[in-house]
Amino acid sequence: MTTAVAAAGVGTAARAGVEIRLENLRRRYGAVTALDGLTLTLAPGELVALLGPSGCGKTTALRLLAGLEEADGGRVVIGGHDVTGLPANKRDTGMVFQAYSLFPHMTAWENVAFGLQMRKIGAADRRRRAMETLELVGLGGFGNRYAHQMSGGQQQRVALARALAIRPKVLLLDEPLSALDAKVRARLRDEIRRVQLEVGITTLFVTHDQEEALAIADRVGVMQSGRLEQLGPPTTIYARPATPFVAEFVGLTNKLSGDVRGGAVEVRGTRIPLVQSDVPDGPAVALIRPEAVTLTSSAETSAGPLVGTVIATAFLGATSRVTVDLGDVTVLAQLATSEATSHPAGTRVQLALRADPVLIARETSGATPA
Amino acid sequence: MTVIERPLVETVRRPLGGGRRLAMPQWIAAAPFFLYVGIFLLLPTAIVVSGAFIDSAGLSLANFATMNQRFVINAFLNSVLLSATSAIIGAVFGALLAYAVATGNPNGAFRRLVSSACGVLAQFGGVTLAFAFIATIGGAGFITLWLQQHGMNIYANGVWLYQLRGLVLVYIYFQIPLMVLVFLPALDGIRPQWREATESLGGGTWHYWRYVAGPLLAPAFLGGTLLLFANAFSAYATAAALVNQGSIIASLLIANTLTSEVGLANPGIASAFALVMVVIVAVVMVLYTLLQQRTARWLQ
Repeated sequence: MTTAVAAAGVGTAARAGVEIRLENLRRRYGAVTALDGLTLTLAPGELVALLGPSGCGKTTALRLLAGLEEADGGRVVIGGHDVTGLPANKRDTGMVFQAYSLFPHMTAWENVAFGLQMRKIGAADRRRRAMETLELVGLGGFGNRYAHQMSGGQQQRVALARALAIRPKVLLLDEPLSALDAKVRARLRDEIRRVQLEVGITTLFVTHDQEEALAIADRVGVMQSGRLEQLGPPTTIYARPATPFVAEFVGLTNKLSGDVRGGAVEVRGTRIPLVQSDVPDGPAVALIRPEAVTLTSSAETSAGPLVGTVIATAFLGATSRVTVDLGDVTVLAQLATSEATSHPAGTRVQLALRADPVLIARETSGATPA
Repeated sequence: MTVIERPLVETVRRPLGGGRRLAMPQWIAAAPFFLYVGIFLLLPTAIVVSGAFIDSAGLSLANFATMNQRFVINAFLNSVLLSATSAIIGAVFGALLAYAVATGNPNGAFRRLVSSACGVLAQFGGVTLAFAFIATIGGAGFITLWLQQHGMNIYANGVWLYQLRGLVLVYIYFQIPLMVLVFLPALDGIRPQWREATESLGGGTWHYWRYVAGPLLAPAFLGGTLLLFANAFSAYATAAALVNQGSIIASLLIANTLTSEVGLANPGIASAFALVMVVIVAVVMVLYTLLQQRTARWLQ
């Protein structure tokens, strides 16, 4: 399969990715600011996922890069060429939409060959390249099927093949997995990554699903209110969130009241260093990951700021998430399942907070798991 | 293991002896409709079919012998011409209006206004419509008189309103709204992603209409045109109200053959004419249904 694809020029050997630069992009819709000076550079062959809640501007950024919308300001540079003023059909981008983007009156191979037809490639070459690209996405035997004869996952594979067949400089993925069920989503996510690495194309992937973003991307950009809050490798985004928003949006977070003093926060008798250096002394809310909470059975300890009762355990496979009621607040702890089973519901437990640096949220009231 | 003190939603017990639904066959609800269709469509069709093949001597094809006479051929040709002309004009302008609606605000006043108006006007035919045209652009219509006062005589070459050309104009009045009603769902089924996909793949507006939207909408457009053809071909009341004399189209020919004021009525021949109309409309409707099925599969 790979040999055939490489021969067709879709493979890595035939093309190296190009650098993509979004420079100070701005876009407003009436009174609403969708993008507020977004600057982002994608290295050649890199897959960057833009992650954020609805309305954060991630899809707008992708559409500005695709040329489907015009920016109010800023520049889009693809492979060293300023394409800001170019229409979508001159930008040499391949795009996969959320769903239902295949042309329903064309077969799978005709869909894939459409972009080649637009480039005036001969009929025989079109068909050969379309079939080879379908092979690349694992749908070699589906060339003559129409969209309504394929599952949602298969349709998105064809859409991916269609986007890649034209050998674009950049691949744009606009929440391509959001309409699929969980199992297909996970499988296709890995498939997209495999193909992207095989082809070596620079890719921008937009999603609101943090698991998806963290699993697939070389780097993740977390967006809020038209701005990039943090850009970094998935592990950094998760383990070292730069802002309280990132900490709360990516993964689960316990919000526990504490007291900031001398560059650290004291939470229920435990002193924890801070990520931020500019937090004034006083009451604060510390954002603590469930993985930073450990627990031990505490039959003999009846009271204490970190003594509570297990009220629920959610089985997640290799790990389990245990919910502990401390009286005034509930705390989530993520443990190995083998360890969690020794603390069934109703067990009195003693919590311990690991001294990893934590972020401080701005609000100082409330202390519930985010 | 998750512990919940009490269920958030408590299941409701099935009441003793009262939980079974009454099993009412579906056909009971449909029976009045089928009865209606049977009495007023199937039975008349059966009478027409049997009447066409029966004369005073029994089973015969004699009733079809008049089909080759000039006035009969002319009436059917006029009907086809009237139906085709009004269908094509209605389809083109109806499609343009539907496109304007489909590309506008889906919750806007324009869409609500046009949709409501078309729902009413598509059914606005017969004597009422004929009177509306007679009152406005008839020989003594107020628009005709007003134009004459300003030096324009729309009937300088004869009063065409009561001829085939006039019927085309009047039929268009209900053909355009009907086209809007049947074509709008197809336009609504066109997804914006298809245009954007075309653009990102290197195509422009021409390519989008030539290779994507055009082929997708063609069955719906052709199907709508056929429906308009059948609609005009089978129309009678509007033409009857406008045209007092002569049998310029097939439906008037049938009526005149059925109820001759000079004792020349011939129900058998009228049935033969009607059967030809039934066959033509049936063929058109079968083609329409096939096209609609294709549209439904693509633009669901």
